[in-house]
Amino acid sequence: MNPTAPHAITTKGLNLWYGTFQALVDVNVALPHGLITAMIGPSGCGKTTLLRCFNRVNERYGGVTTTGEIRVLGRNIYDPDVSLIELRKAVGMVFQRPNPLPISVYENVVFGLRIHHPRRELSRARLDEAVERALTEVGLWGDLKDRLDARATSLQLEQQQKLCIARLLPLKPEVILLDEPCSALDVEGTRAIEELMCELKGRYTLIIVTHNMAQARRISDECVFMLLGQIIEHRRTEALFLQPADSRTADYVEGRYG
Amino acid sequence: MTGREGQSEHPNHRAAGGEGVASGREAAGGGAGWKPAPQDSPRGQGEGKRPRRSGWARAGERVIEGVIRTSGVSAVLFVLAIFFFVFREAAPVLFGGEHFKLLPFLFSVEWYPTSASNVRYGTLALTVGTFSVTALAMVLAVPFGLGAAVFVSEFCGPRLKETLKVVIELLAAIPSVVWGFIGLTVMSRLIVHFTGAPVGVNLLNGGIILALMSVPIIVSIGEDALKAVPDSYREAGLALGATRWQLVYRVLLPAARNGLLAAVLLGVGRAVGETMAVLMATGHAVNLPLGVFDSVRTLTANVAAELGEAPAGSDHYRVLFLTGVLLFSLTFVVNLVADLVIRGWRRK
Repeated sequence: MNPTAPHAITTKGLNLWYGTFQALVDVNVALPHGLITAMIGPSGCGKTTLLRCFNRVNERYGGVTTTGEIRVLGRNIYDPDVSLIELRKAVGMVFQRPNPLPISVYENVVFGLRIHHPRRELSRARLDEAVERALTEVGLWGDLKDRLDARATSLQLEQQQKLCIARLLPLKPEVILLDEPCSALDVEGTRAIEELMCELKGRYTLIIVTHNMAQARRISDECVFMLLGQIIEHRRTEALFLQPADSRTADYVEGRYG
Repeated sequence: MTGREGQSEHPNHRAAGGEGVASGREAAGGGAGWKPAPQDSPRGQGEGKRPRRSGWARAGERVIEGVIRTSGVSAVLFVLAIFFFVFREAAPVLFGGEHFKLLPFLFSVEWYPTSASNVRYGTLALTVGTFSVTALAMVLAVPFGLGAAVFVSEFCGPRLKETLKVVIELLAAIPSVVWGFIGLTVMSRLIVHFTGAPVGVNLLNGGIILALMSVPIIVSIGEDALKAVPDSYREAGLALGATRWQLVYRVLLPAARNGLLAAVLLGVGRAVGETMAVLMATGHAVNLPLGVFDSVRTLTANVAAELGEAPAGSDHYRVLFLTGVLLFSLTFVVNLVADLVIRGWRRK
């Protein structure tokens, strides 16, 4: 994949159907490198669907039809020679509810390495280093360095969500997709995840789906507003909130519906 | 602008409302439980009916609670009662049988309960028979059963899945005597034909038949256990780039291992307790097996075959009951060990 491409992700004429229901209609969007892009819109507008297209995790359900193209770092992810495994290594995902696997903290962080590398390449030292680096990057190392054997599902929700971000990092992803990552967290947890996202910005391209307009406003550089499967407006965040070009965007960001 | 202000105020209103309800609850909830205040205070025509109806409801609830409690306790009581009555039949021979000694009973292979000159009650061969048939059955059934459970749960399409589940449940419904019959006729001939063994009814035959009987149980319980693994674990694994196979052995098997162990244990339980099929398929010879082509006899088959001939109250009769106690204790130990293993896992 070509890291010098102007945008991290671009889509062209993307349509998606669940059975006969069209969830995405002619989506053309270009998401910038190294920034945080928020996707907002009312429930059912297709923002999560679009997010789940970017690593093709949508396809695990039957009855999904997609047309058009999605380029991640310049490469069409629907090309037949694209490896799903490589794609998902490059495009990590964080889910709405923290979903660490029911194994130890340590094993959660090295899970990606274990599935992508043969056993002989993974020395204990390499794994230890990866765990320390990933947990340090998300700010968990201090809290968890003595509890690496603890079951990940026994952590606080906020720590679980940070761990879910940490386990993507050893794979050196280009893009991290976040699907309402704070909706299960309290105020403190939300703040911690938001701060973390701002720290990760620059090294990774972050794309966040959120219901929370204030959150989109706080943390994102660009904002995409969607409605009924279509992209209505995509601008810099301040511009979208302060001078929305479309009346539907204006109504939504002012809370008249949604 | 006004719209946005209105929205930002909204959560405050809600929070205040919530507190109000909570404090109201504390004030009203002095005795049995919280009731909405307006229903208690007004006195009128409705008053006479309302308490009576809630009285019925309360009585009904108490009855249901009692029934549930009884059924819960009775499950334990029944097991204890079974153990007690079996043991009561066996006790006289255990504490004073004429030809009975405990050590030979457990560790001798000589089972001659009807010998005219020298009666001997050694059950070691029977115990070994039970364990060897069960072990062989599990060696065959566990990989097949768990493999099938994984396939049904994770790999096959919805239509095939429904078909397979129906067929598997059908397999579980075949009576054990039919399995025994298959062992005696079909399987025994196949074994003789393919292996050249002198007799077709042997350890291998019993093991295969028991495996066939256990697989449906292992598949359906195992499939339930895999179905109970939250879908978010699958998404987590897939989003990290795991293949389906990696997902199975790195995520699903560890996450579902308690349920899968339960599935295997139910299979073991079925195999240990099975009587008629092994009676017909194993050859029913009291014999320490040295290979899979030797005939064996199991504890269960022995009781089934001899209890009818043993005069009630005789030593032979009581020793057969004692065999039942032995079987009971063995399965208890197996279950206990498995339970401890699971607890050990949980602590980790």
